[in-house]
Amino acid sequence: MLEVQNLSMRFGGLLAVDQVSLDVQEHEIVAIIGPNGAGKTTVFNCMSGFYKPTGGKILFEGNEIQGKPDYKISRLGLVRTFQHVRLFNRMTVVENLLVAQHRHLNTNLISGILKTPNYREREQKSLDRAAYWLDRVGLTEMANRDAGNLAYGQQRRLEIARCMVTEPKLLMLDEPAAGLNPAETKDLNQLIISLKEDYNVSVVLIEHDMSLVMDISDRINVINQGRPLASGTPDEIRRNDDVIKAYLGEA
Amino acid sequence: MTANLKHALFCAFITLIISYPILGFDLKGRGTSVALEGVDISTSIGVLLAVVIVFVFQLYRDTIMGSVRQLPAINPLANREPMEQSKRLKLESILLTLMVIGAVIWPFIASRGAVDLATLVLIYIMLALGLNVVVGLAGLLDLGYVAFYAVGAYSFALLSQYFGISFWFALPIGAGLAALFGLVLGFPVLRLRGDYLAIVTLGFGEIIRILLNNMTSLTGGPNGIGGIPDPTLFGMEFSRLIKEEGNTSFHETFGIAYSGEHKVIFLYLIALVLAVITAVAIRRLMRMPVGRAWEALREDEIAAKSLGLSRTAVKLSAFTIGAFFAGFAGTVFASKQGFISPESFVFLESAIILAIVVLGGMGSQMGVILAAIAVTILPELAREFSEYRMLIFGAAMVLMMVWRPQGLMPMRRIHIELKRQE
Amino acid sequence: MQDFLYFLQQLINGLTIGSTYALIAIGYTMVYGIIGMINFAHGEIYMIGAYTALIAITGLAALGIAWLPLVLIVALICAMIVSSSMGWAVERVAYRPVRGKHRLIPLISAIGMSIFLQNYVHLAQGSRNVGFPDLIEGGFRFGAADSFQTSISYMQITIFITTLVCMTVLSLFISRSRIGRACRAVSQDLGMANLLGIDTNRIISATFVIGAALAAVAGLLLGMYYGSIDPLFGFIAGLKAFTAAVLGGIGSIPGAMLGGLILGVAESMTSGYLSGEYKDVVSFGLLILILLFKPTGLLGKPEVEKI
Repeated sequence: MLEVQNLSMRFGGLLAVDQVSLDVQEHEIVAIIGPNGAGKTTVFNCMSGFYKPTGGKILFEGNEIQGKPDYKISRLGLVRTFQHVRLFNRMTVVENLLVAQHRHLNTNLISGILKTPNYREREQKSLDRAAYWLDRVGLTEMANRDAGNLAYGQQRRLEIARCMVTEPKLLMLDEPAAGLNPAETKDLNQLIISLKEDYNVSVVLIEHDMSLVMDISDRINVINQGRPLASGTPDEIRRNDDVIKAYLGEA
Repeated sequence: MTANLKHALFCAFITLIISYPILGFDLKGRGTSVALEGVDISTSIGVLLAVVIVFVFQLYRDTIMGSVRQLPAINPLANREPMEQSKRLKLESILLTLMVIGAVIWPFIASRGAVDLATLVLIYIMLALGLNVVVGLAGLLDLGYVAFYAVGAYSFALLSQYFGISFWFALPIGAGLAALFGLVLGFPVLRLRGDYLAIVTLGFGEIIRILLNNMTSLTGGPNGIGGIPDPTLFGMEFSRLIKEEGNTSFHETFGIAYSGEHKVIFLYLIALVLAVITAVAIRRLMRMPVGRAWEALREDEIAAKSLGLSRTAVKLSAFTIGAFFAGFAGTVFASKQGFISPESFVFLESAIILAIVVLGGMGSQMGVILAAIAVTILPELAREFSEYRMLIFGAAMVLMMVWRPQGLMPMRRIHIELKRQE
Repeated sequence: MQDFLYFLQQLINGLTIGSTYALIAIGYTMVYGIIGMINFAHGEIYMIGAYTALIAITGLAALGIAWLPLVLIVALICAMIVSSSMGWAVERVAYRPVRGKHRLIPLISAIGMSIFLQNYVHLAQGSRNVGFPDLIEGGFRFGAADSFQTSISYMQITIFITTLVCMTVLSLFISRSRIGRACRAVSQDLGMANLLGIDTNRIISATFVIGAALAAVAGLLLGMYYGSIDPLFGFIAGLKAFTAAVLGGIGSIPGAMLGGLILGVAESMTSGYLSGEYKDVVSFGLLILILLFKPTGLLGKPEVEKI
């Protein structure tokens, strides 16, 4: 469903991403790994429309999306999280989930000001959906707290829930396990697999936690210094000499 | 201590430099030439006093600031638990209802001048509530807000002058035109970063004023437009003699003696109804998806965009809605004055409305309403100090930002709560 | 020929005004470059410079001192001292306590300061405009005596030369002196400069003082050029200078110079060929267009948004 072809991104003199290609099929979890500064997040930023790539193509369900405004890409069903969690800190947990559902609530202003029954019904529906996802990520207890007061692991889960209420087709997770303890990572593991299995969402993730990556990924792309290094199943990657060299050579 | 002393001396010296030359000499124009006069001794003493105060304050700065910081401990209210939301909302709505009831009774017990002033207060409340949407809720600093006020006022004036359109038709048209202006002007500029946006809106405000001033054939230029009709009540006029055919007059219909007060009270009540509508509508908007979107975009623009919120559309909605209510207020203002000119729509007016929003607490409706009342009425009460009004305004804005940027009554968000389904 | 002379005249007038805009614009651009805020009260600092200069000139005249170079230099020094002190005090009182807070907060504080200073002078000196004596009279004329003549007054020449001197001194100061180097370091990365032991508070104060001093120079020059001043005349001039700074690329000193000259010429061409009433519309329009289509200005560097 997603195809990245020869993507390049240049900042001034620096070629941060050079001819990277990858693809994601439906019902698949794909990981992007690589050493720090390899350009993984830049690839994400190009895919989600925050950067306009300087070369290459990005096809989502057959349509070119490179250079489209970020919010339009998100509306196509390509939603992301951030390396450093970005919640609306002064809004409550449930409100964070309501904001994300603005598209399901395309009410006109007048019906909202007059509080028509139709408007109330839709508002209730989005509350229900929020409640469902809060339950799903185990944050129901926290629903009415300010998002900024949550523990780090909870914030991570809320960010994923916030993506999910938009009903995406493809979820992009930028280092979802960063800062989590082993138990939390395990929960995350199951959550991501369930997103794929139960909600039929494809996932692209950037991750440093190798155990997580190897456990859940269907395929892995390795990027080093902005260039693609290898791609394949977890087993293939584990045995790939170039990958071992890139990782061990630096360590 | 010596470093402190040095600093205190320096500050005192600077105070002397920045105050004495400007305050201590008076430039008097004599024909084409100009002469210099020393001012009376009291000013010199005042300057000296200021210098001493600055010196002492800077010398004992740490001690003074330390004891100031202790002060909140004396205040019993400082550390109390915030009220529960449902309780607070109930209290607030009781308070607001009482205020509205009081406001309805007001014109029948107060003097004509007081009612007139109260109408002005209501106009400022509308303006400030509208700007509050733009600045407080959406976080867009609009320094040209008065332009939309002008659009509302001039629409009514021109429509009545050229097409004889009455207040009731002009009200939606004026507000709609102002909103349209907001939409058209906002579309290109809302991409800009916060402070650039402020300057550009200021520029737009000035351009509109200059155009009003110079398109003499249409707007009467600096002379303005007069003879703007009063509103009517179901075709009843409030003047002694009927101006328009087909209308009846209020006092004759009800068989009471003519009184100029009827008109003033009627206009006040219209302004009151409109102000209440404004407040209620904006309160609802705050809790609607669009209100949440404003807030989300203000909190974290990148996250909001990643969820598919269009920055331009969200900002534009706030800008347009703000402009709409300014147009509302403008129409009422034109009708109240009966005469308008570009003089009423200078930058300072924008600054005053902004000051109301800032003093009241950005985003807080209650605070903004109280600040609008205070800012409009205080200068009237202290007429002998009225020339200091703007000086105090400026100082208050600075002090507010330094000490209490959240305003006198900071905004308390109304949370949407998830109720447990047990 | 006559058309050309008329054009030339507008050009000269425009460059004159433009170079004073540039002097004021420096204050905006340097402050923005370092702490990223619009010093809204800068126009008022310039206005105070003009008032101080006028007070000094009238004072010297009352004392019977009339030797022109001395009068000008004393007026200039007085204006620079008072304006610089004002610039320093404004930063200390209104900006330093709110530094680093949300972007709108320093801006609102600055607007408050601007209103305060305007009314401070208004209360002390009255709202009416006061005449500025024409100290530098005469000039050159070109063209046939019976038709339109282009003139350059000595006043205009003084303005050009003074601006040029100020700009040269400033450039040397920024590139050579220790404070200048520190200024550049702070504008690159305030936090880092702090870690490296640069007293950033001092550098920020210095920026305000330098900007205010240059504004005072502009105040004296423009006061003499226009022949009268009032408490409000700083506001519009400040906006124009800000436009100039944005036009040239905010944060860039050569940009401020270029922006000032372009704006001055654009205004005087509007006055000369269209109508004086619309010159403000043209400059605001120019500001809006620049911000919309090239927000980094002519010589500014683009910013990359970090995620």
